[in-house]
Amino acid sequence: MKLIILNDYGQVGEWAAKYIRNKILNFNPGPDRFFNLGLPTGGTPLGCYKKLIEFYKKGEISFKYVKTFNMDEYVGIPRNHPESYHSFMWNNLFKHIDIKSENTHILDGNAANLVEECDSFEEKIKAAGGIDLFVGGIGPDGHIAFNEPGSSLLSRTRVKTLAQDTILANARFFDGDLSKVPTMALTVGVATVMDAREVMILITGVHKAFALYKAIEEGVNHMWTVSAFQQHPQTVFVCDEDATLELRVKTVKYFRGMMHVHNKLRVTKTSGNLQ
Amino acid sequence: MPSNKSVSNAPITQFVNCRILRDHKLQREDLWVREGRILDPEKLFFDEEGYADQRVDCEGLIIAPGFIDVQINGGYGIDFSQATSNVRGGVALVAKKILEHGVTSFLPTLVTSPPNIYHKVLTEVKVHSGGVEGAGVLGCHLEGPFISLEKKGAHPEQYLRSFQLGGMLDLIETYGTLDNVAMVTLAPELPNSEKVVRELTQRGITVSLGHSVANLSQAEEAVQHGASFITHLFNAMLPFHHRDPGIVGLLTSDQVPQDRMVFYGMIADGIHTNSAALRIAHRAHPTGLVLVTDAITAMGLPPGRHTLGQQVIEIQGLHAYVAGTKTLSGSIATMDMCVRHFKQASGCSVEEALEAASLHPAQLLGISHYKGTLDYGADADLVLLDDALNVRATYIAGQEVWRK
Repeated sequence: MKLIILNDYGQVGEWAAKYIRNKILNFNPGPDRFFNLGLPTGGTPLGCYKKLIEFYKKGEISFKYVKTFNMDEYVGIPRNHPESYHSFMWNNLFKHIDIKSENTHILDGNAANLVEECDSFEEKIKAAGGIDLFVGGIGPDGHIAFNEPGSSLLSRTRVKTLAQDTILANARFFDGDLSKVPTMALTVGVATVMDAREVMILITGVHKAFALYKAIEEGVNHMWTVSAFQQHPQTVFVCDEDATLELRVKTVKYFRGMMHVHNKLRVTKTSGNLQ
Repeated sequence: MPSNKSVSNAPITQFVNCRILRDHKLQREDLWVREGRILDPEKLFFDEEGYADQRVDCEGLIIAPGFIDVQINGGYGIDFSQATSNVRGGVALVAKKILEHGVTSFLPTLVTSPPNIYHKVLTEVKVHSGGVEGAGVLGCHLEGPFISLEKKGAHPEQYLRSFQLGGMLDLIETYGTLDNVAMVTLAPELPNSEKVVRELTQRGITVSLGHSVANLSQAEEAVQHGASFITHLFNAMLPFHHRDPGIVGLLTSDQVPQDRMVFYGMIADGIHTNSAALRIAHRAHPTGLVLVTDAITAMGLPPGRHTLGQQVIEIQGLHAYVAGTKTLSGSIATMDMCVRHFKQASGCSVEEALEAASLHPAQLLGISHYKGTLDYGADADLVLLDDALNVRATYIAGQEVWRK
């Protein structure tokens, strides 16, 4: 695992966007080989998406041969509801770039058969050749996607009931009316993300600090599902200063000291070499 | 993926690099159009996996819904109240020219006229959609002859009428038909007017109060019976008085039914209404303000004498008087001039100024689900403007019909 510690939210978004951009450019996708990107929603990746849109507008990157697979979607709210993850992805990324709709994949929370929808999503990932880079966030309770505490670390894409805390936290997006908040979601499993060839987790803010501590300084534990990535061969955690507040000073100094080595990981467009 | 693929193969146009007026705000968003209507791009993306066939670069311009003029008597030498041999040609000429002012729909207005004029004109002027030939006609606005003698303004006295046959009979006898009529201006103090107001409202015709000496109670009663508009506020009505505000008092009346609103026309040409009066009205009731031109034959023509209805008028600079008097006979300002003047005089926002010429008239006429807005599904009647609110291009049903 590599831990990249940056100063603030803005720097995290920019670093992550550059990382994605460079990965795609070095992969050099084409009509016969797409770059498969796993994507999250929420406040954390917004800064990263804004930067990616900037790079696209400057002509530095194209999404023509990129396939995206989102982590999750609510069950039972209309696809065009302002809080649906379809709307989120459309408004914050898809409508600003040159990605084709048929190359985007988001779970359908209104499918007639939810289990079939989940199984079919796994099939689509397989058919595409597997995810090259899965980007994710972390919840205050250490969850990845909707794999809330207690989720099996071997889980696959499935229907999940949302935790009470999550429902309460989401109420603000549904006019504060608890009866309007979705209670179930479709989510990729921990193992689904572990299958990706590379994983990048973004963590910003002091409210995520304890989860980060549990995820990287304690053991692999299903109560903090992000900890599963300690066993993934190619994972990078990108965080801001505030998110490190619960880590040991020793941990922070250790990874800070490796920053100059980590920076070479962000492959330059000219060099093309991956460390 | 969600099911429900759409059935259309029609080309899709995407207006990019623009600011659109939506949800009462100017937003940096692209505007998508297909088959003459505003398209929901998110639905297109997810449901149809579709994309644009053609992109129009707006170079940073503002896109607003096309303007709607509910009071325009003619222009460019054409007088809608004259029964010429080519009524349709006259309306068409004006319809084509006003595209340059950003107007995409209008109500050809007839001032008080003898029955034969109404009979002739109303059979010739039909409701029809706009296009490259000109702005769309939503119906006629009949301003008179059931108005007050004392407030006739520039209308010919000899053709004024009252509801002596009881109401609707007078209408049919005078107008001949109510087909293709979108609005009627009348004075509610005339006896038997309530029946007329109710009947017209029931038929979907907007009833407007104007050229009247009604007091506030009479005006409120008319509103309760269905009247929803005031023709050129302040002009041709009793002035505001603090113990009887008259028709002007409707702006803040508490007798207006809960589910309805009173709209009022303002001629914001800098001449018909003092800026301070304009501001008072706007601040008292901003959502009801509807910009109208009340443009006359001479609009678009050089100074001199011209005909309006059965009378002669004279142009002096930006003023148009009944020849030989100082009575204003109508305006020669264009709609985009009115929008600019309204914004400058009232200090309102760009969004408010644009809505006063588009959304509010559409709401008045009860057509705001498909006109006067850029909401998904609405007709793609657009006006492209620069930041100074000068018209640069006009579109009807997604097709460019005029460009500067």
